[in-house]
Amino acid sequence: MLSSVAERVYWAARYLERVESTARLVSIYDKLMFDLARSVNLSWYNLIIINDLETQFDSRFSNKDERNVVKFLLGDEANPTSMLTSLNAIRENVRTTRDVLPEDTWELTNELCLFVKENYQQGISRSKRHEFLEDVVKGCQQIQGMLYSTMPHDYTRCFWRIGRQLERSDMTTRNLEAGVAAIVALSDEEMAINSHQIIWGNVLRSLGALQSYRRATKAAVQGEEVVCYLLENPEFPKSIAHCLDTLINTSLKLPHSKKMVTELKTIQSKVLADIDCQTLGAPLLSNLNELQLMLGNIHFIISEAWFPENI
Amino acid sequence: MALAWKQYEPGQFYDEIISSPGNARKPAQKLLTYLKSLNDEEVASIKMAAESTIKEMGVSFTVYTDEGNIDRAWPFDIIPRVISKKQWDKTAAGLSQRLQALNMFIDDLYHDQKIIKDGIIPEFVLKQSKNYRKECEGISPAFGVWAHICGTDLVRDSDGEFYVLEDNLRVPSGVSYMLENRSIMKRVMPEIFEQVEIAPVGEYTAKLFDTLSALSPRRIKKPVIVVLTPGIFNSAYFEHAFLAQQMGAELVEGSDLVVQDDDCVYMKTISGLEKVDVIYRRIDDLFLDPEVFNKDSVLGVPGLMRAWRAGNVSLANAPGAGVADDKVVYAFVPDVIKYYLDQDPLISNVETYLCYDDKQRDYVLANLDKLVVKPANESGGYGMLVGPHSTKKERETFKDLIKANPRNYIAQPTLALSTAPALIGKNNTPEPRHLDLRPFILQSKDSYVTTGGLTRVAMKKGSLVVNSSQGGGSKDTWIVDTEAEAK
Repeated sequence: MLSSVAERVYWAARYLERVESTARLVSIYDKLMFDLARSVNLSWYNLIIINDLETQFDSRFSNKDERNVVKFLLGDEANPTSMLTSLNAIRENVRTTRDVLPEDTWELTNELCLFVKENYQQGISRSKRHEFLEDVVKGCQQIQGMLYSTMPHDYTRCFWRIGRQLERSDMTTRNLEAGVAAIVALSDEEMAINSHQIIWGNVLRSLGALQSYRRATKAAVQGEEVVCYLLENPEFPKSIAHCLDTLINTSLKLPHSKKMVTELKTIQSKVLADIDCQTLGAPLLSNLNELQLMLGNIHFIISEAWFPENI
Repeated sequence: MALAWKQYEPGQFYDEIISSPGNARKPAQKLLTYLKSLNDEEVASIKMAAESTIKEMGVSFTVYTDEGNIDRAWPFDIIPRVISKKQWDKTAAGLSQRLQALNMFIDDLYHDQKIIKDGIIPEFVLKQSKNYRKECEGISPAFGVWAHICGTDLVRDSDGEFYVLEDNLRVPSGVSYMLENRSIMKRVMPEIFEQVEIAPVGEYTAKLFDTLSALSPRRIKKPVIVVLTPGIFNSAYFEHAFLAQQMGAELVEGSDLVVQDDDCVYMKTISGLEKVDVIYRRIDDLFLDPEVFNKDSVLGVPGLMRAWRAGNVSLANAPGAGVADDKVVYAFVPDVIKYYLDQDPLISNVETYLCYDDKQRDYVLANLDKLVVKPANESGGYGMLVGPHSTKKERETFKDLIKANPRNYIAQPTLALSTAPALIGKNNTPEPRHLDLRPFILQSKDSYVTTGGLTRVAMKKGSLVVNSSQGGGSKDTWIVDTEAEAK
């Protein structure tokens, strides 16, 4: 497989995962805002913080309101990871790898791109947002589903999976971080317990994990348990443990994967052994941050092993 | 629609579909009956379906403008152009014959130049050719074939006969649109495919694959074939990707390839370097190898010519093949066919005046308002004068150009290009529009001609310019076996 093609497939998968998670994140956020008591001071701007986009956002907008945040996340071309820029990137990457991806990939990607281009305004106003975002999520799932059932289990698929799982694990750490940060920020008031439940419920929901969490833990939605589940549960597709597992198994199918596997195993032992999920506070936040950085570093190992500038 | 068809008036031109008002030519009879049976809403909905199919399939071409590169949807007219199988078989034989002779000609030019020594072609033709590559002299590509993929432009004159307008032997494009046009038609007019015996076109990519495989220097079961593209900004990028995908070949850019000290070409893969056997290159000669040609080219691969000369990789088309699609050379093709094959050409050239010849030049200069003047080495319809549509000032400019460099110009009579109905305007009224046809011819171990080709339409009323970059559109091309239908 061509190195340049591997790189493009990897990015297409990352961006597609990003589009879906952005859509989910935005679509659950207004529900979260409705549910929380007015006295709880949670702002839309948190979505910008979760995604590390403060600099880009602040240079565009001074008003940190809902409209600007949503606009920035969905349709702003100045945001390097907005839904629209991500989709354009997917389109360009798929367009340049049409020879290795299943034929329908191009057509479905193109359709989704056109749909978002023509309709993202609907996502900005609240009344039609839910419907629009639901369609985007469906569009992403349609592509993933088509690939799942038609893509040969070859190198191309390995790079698709690596891109997807890496982006997924990154997103899961960000969601966890957001949850913990929100809890830490809550003042000690009587609404706090109730707010805890709402916040963690939404973290689960934004990862599509609520149902499986309940079945697996047979417990109420409760912070420590949620963090534990999303970090360590081996079965849930978006848990860090599962993502790492898939990344390792997939890398083993590729040539020159030794360094990658070693590094992933280091993260694995670190996540499973070192992080203390039982106390939701500053130490956990810094652990999550470190995990995020280690995952970020995986990209460079991938690039070094397989991408063209290094061959 | 029935009424609109009665009012359709092809005028003095040969119309491919309509023989007299309201009546179709034999191969198109079932098509016309079908079209007449559609009401206005149905026609509009088919047209819309075609447009959205094109958008969804992402069939596009790139236009270069001052504002940047724009990806435009492929312009398509839903009324197909129909040719009888009997006529096509004859034409296809002529195209094979032509390419065979042209390849013998190119091979001769890069070796003994017998055709010049024997006085069939004047030496200056070769000397002035911009596409003659000294670097290719003495090289013998497999099967003596230099142009493996040829796109020949045909036109139909008022007598209904096909004539060759030009041969494209460098990097001809358009074949993917021919294939996509057919898929669009199958989606939007499925009913008609049940009724009419339309020859399929889909085997082209398999034939292309065979043509390229046969060129492999390594005698291995599965030679490594790549399609070399200049990249996403090239107007034909869509096609490069399409062909690679259809052949299961790798689509590469120059930066994906390296030539090592062993003079072999390798591509960069995730497992390391992998040897390449055949390159279907869609990059012009001069950008292929910065070691030999354009030093600043970043599109090509340093050392590629070295590897090719050493016989370690095959290039299709071979560098230097373009020498035979010079428009002055064109005028000599009938002689070329006679010289190498000792046969009469099965398809005629359009009558051509060579401006280097005093008598012919005098005629051209005196009749500029009736002629089409073309420079020898331009393509895409640029740099030419269409006499009847020209201003006096333009004609004066060309007079000077021709006098200054007579060897660089040829002139041809303005052809009464055939027409076919195209749906025009909001009401989708069928109106005659001029067309040409670009079939594709393959040659290596075996030879092959596409069933039909890419029909291009000048969508502007009266216009003869069919290039997509200049407002042209396209149609599906049907080769219909009326004899099989009668059975």
